[in-house]
Amino acid sequence: MTRARAAVSAPSAVWWGVAVLLPLAFLGVFFAWPAVTLVARGFLAEGGGVDLGGLRDVLGNPRTWRLVGTTLAQATAGSAASVLLGLPVAYLLYRTRFPGRGLLRGLVTVPFVLPTVVVGVAFRALFQTGGLLGWAHLDGTFVAVVVALVFFNVSVVVRTVGGLWERLDPRAEQAARALGASPARAFRTVTLPALSPALASAAAVVFLFCATAFGVVLVLGGLGYGTVETEIYRRTTQFLDLRTAAVLSILQLLVVTLALWVAGRARARRERALHLEHEDVAAHRWSVRSVPDVAAAVATSVVVGGLVVLPLAGLVGRSFRGPDGAWGLANYRALGTTGGRNALAVTVWEALANSVRTALVATVIAVVVGGLVALVVSRRPRARVARRAVGLLDAVVMLPLGVSAVTVGFGFLITLDRPLGLDVDLRTSGLLVPIAQAVVAVPLVVRTVLPVLRAIDPRLRQAASVLGAAPGRVLRDVDLPIALRSLGLAIGFAFAVSLGEFGATAFLARPDSATLPVVIFRLIGRPGAENYGMALAASVVLAVLTAVVMMLAERLRGDRASGAAGGEF
Amino acid sequence: MTAKSLRARAAAVVAVGLLPALAACSSGTPSGGASPSGGDTVTLVTHDSWAVSDDVIAKFEQESGFTVKQVAMGDAGTLANQVVLTQGSPVGDLVFGIDNTFASRVIDAGALEPHVPAGLAESATPLVLGDGALIPIDLGDVCVNTDVAWFQERGLAEPETLEDLAKPEFKDLMVALNPASSSPGMAFMLATIGAFGDDGFGGQGWTGYWEALKANGLKVADSWEDGYYTEFSGAGEGGTRPIVVSYSTSPAFTVTDDGTATTTRALLGTCFRQVEFAGVLAGAQNPEGARALLDFLVSQPFQADIPGQMYMYPADSSVELPAEWTQFAPLSDAPFEVDPADIAANRDAWLDQWTAAVGG
Repeated sequence: MTRARAAVSAPSAVWWGVAVLLPLAFLGVFFAWPAVTLVARGFLAEGGGVDLGGLRDVLGNPRTWRLVGTTLAQATAGSAASVLLGLPVAYLLYRTRFPGRGLLRGLVTVPFVLPTVVVGVAFRALFQTGGLLGWAHLDGTFVAVVVALVFFNVSVVVRTVGGLWERLDPRAEQAARALGASPARAFRTVTLPALSPALASAAAVVFLFCATAFGVVLVLGGLGYGTVETEIYRRTTQFLDLRTAAVLSILQLLVVTLALWVAGRARARRERALHLEHEDVAAHRWSVRSVPDVAAAVATSVVVGGLVVLPLAGLVGRSFRGPDGAWGLANYRALGTTGGRNALAVTVWEALANSVRTALVATVIAVVVGGLVALVVSRRPRARVARRAVGLLDAVVMLPLGVSAVTVGFGFLITLDRPLGLDVDLRTSGLLVPIAQAVVAVPLVVRTVLPVLRAIDPRLRQAASVLGAAPGRVLRDVDLPIALRSLGLAIGFAFAVSLGEFGATAFLARPDSATLPVVIFRLIGRPGAENYGMALAASVVLAVLTAVVMMLAERLRGDRASGAAGGEF
Repeated sequence: MTAKSLRARAAAVVAVGLLPALAACSSGTPSGGASPSGGDTVTLVTHDSWAVSDDVIAKFEQESGFTVKQVAMGDAGTLANQVVLTQGSPVGDLVFGIDNTFASRVIDAGALEPHVPAGLAESATPLVLGDGALIPIDLGDVCVNTDVAWFQERGLAEPETLEDLAKPEFKDLMVALNPASSSPGMAFMLATIGAFGDDGFGGQGWTGYWEALKANGLKVADSWEDGYYTEFSGAGEGGTRPIVVSYSTSPAFTVTDDGTATTTRALLGTCFRQVEFAGVLAGAQNPEGARALLDFLVSQPFQADIPGQMYMYPADSSVELPAEWTQFAPLSDAPFEVDPADIAANRDAWLDQWTAAVGG
């Protein structure tokens, strides 16, 4: 017996070691090292030695605390609204079946990848005097910023929560109903607690996105509206004031760590093994007689219609108006050119091909790294130290979402000239772009896959082991089939994030291999109806591509995992 | 060994092999093979508005034997700061796109190696900075633009000068850009500093001027895109304000269909001149290639390519311009100027003063 166990555990320890070390090495080299090195520069005195004067100056400045306050308020409001509005949508899209569901699922994800410049301009057009929502006088207000943040992030809630919800055994809720509980009560006491790990996960991710939002805050917040993130950007790119930027980065990291800790606590308290069904078995045909179904449909129409379709429709509509003001496909025909007066080095279609190539590489990296992390973190080791370590890993992979892109970007410049002592300059390599995008996508992959993996009853794995299955076999036969569904989603998410990523890409891209968001930014940065129209048409192309990718990701896993039952229509 | 454990092992090998593989790919030297000194490749670092015709670059590559690799580094500010940050271990060999608002910061950091091309045009020579550290390549003006039709429809006179913009007849009509987040915004702030200094504008100085603009209903956008497309009526995108801060070349983008007129106009008495420079990076892998490429950037073939590609004026004034430029997008005769050294010394303080006067 002892001998047998040793034979099993030695190689398995190696595998687990690899599964832990690979993600750590990746994030260490491409995230922690650059970010820490740059922040450390902010604390170096002119003639060498440590200078902590910046700490005193920045922390003693009332403006700093105003920025922190705005950041917290904005992130709290943004994530609360995203969760509240995302919940009914998640129910409708993952617990009920109706024609066009796949299409709607794809549509909801579109905002997430749209370039912020384009969204900012689209929202400004809605809010300004004379715009569709001009009467509300939201222009340049806190509310305008929060609305735009919810626009971007509601899909994170819908996807993350929906992914778990659709696999939740409906019998517990049915039992509660049979025992006389009202639908509301059954939802509150049975379903909501079961969903809370995914809810906490989603809320934490959205909080991070909102706290570190940048472009949309600049465009919609107007003058004097600043957050810690915009201030780090300003201090770094305008003033090269690394001293202040370093202190602010640390402040931001504290806020983020606190948010993660709270979310982790919320998860840990609620998280337990759930009885999971095969996807879609738990969903029922949408019924006009069911109160929750109708309510969810109404709520979804309002959320999706008002928050997603309205701003998008403005964008799409305008994209069909040519430079001469006539309606037609002129802007789309122009995508094969390099723009009015040669605004671009490549055509939009070439940029699209670059985007897809880059996104493929980024997705592979993000899914390998994120998948390994999710696998490791989903285990509950018995040893206290190991449990701590797993918890730490869980938190560490989230940090890239909480650190300013400009910090990491400038960090790349001062660290990756000879990474690991190798004689290569990674900074100008085309590969740094997908790597940077993968760093952003890894936390999303982890947060998408993890709730499902965690919800697997460990007794299932134990039973398999007892019956003689090797660890690899347990993985394949127990974890994999269940994880596949969310893995499909994770692949879609990673791909979508990479397609839409702008900050790191603009910082590192080579002009001849510009991606779609870079090209859109460039087009909209030139005067002329021709270029503006092209920018909008290119944004629509990006949006459609994203929607298609997300729908494919769902179809693919649906077919694979549930066979005949996978048909959605 | 079963098929599945083979598969698992292969996956792990792929995963672990990722780092060295990335490193190997990234060294991506051209097929010609490069010597350790940097060899045949010359790396040009630019901001993301860089553009050049393929055949012009091909001409350089053919004549010099160097292959050009291009790297874009974000906007002009990001580019300048990355050059400072990587001083001693530069990302490339030659930098293009440092402008006169960031020039001193880069020169003072010692990030550049002086080299004055023998073929530098007479018109460009006075603009050279830092004893040859930065060589002027192109220039353009940031000026207030107006929507001509808007004023014509209402039978109103257009503003002409900076002072006009503070007059009551132009109340609530103007959009400026935040100098802390927009480089044309910064340029226009410098125009007002060049025009009024500390005691112009009736003794109120440039900050007093901005306070007057604010009292006159000024709106400030955070980016040129937002100001031009969302607020400016002349862009045809639903904006309502007929006066905006933009470029002297913007009117060439609003030419009517028949090509005889333009619907917007740059006020040439309100401009600040932006000059874009190139310089050899100190510690470059291939300094020889950098110097050759710099020589090429000031030569006729490249200078003639600038208007059509980057929409700036070539620093060599003897280069012939496209006909529509002289008609619709002329440079100002008398742009306001601020010494780059003054900009370097006061940039941060000025931004704070501007914020105190206008926003926040």
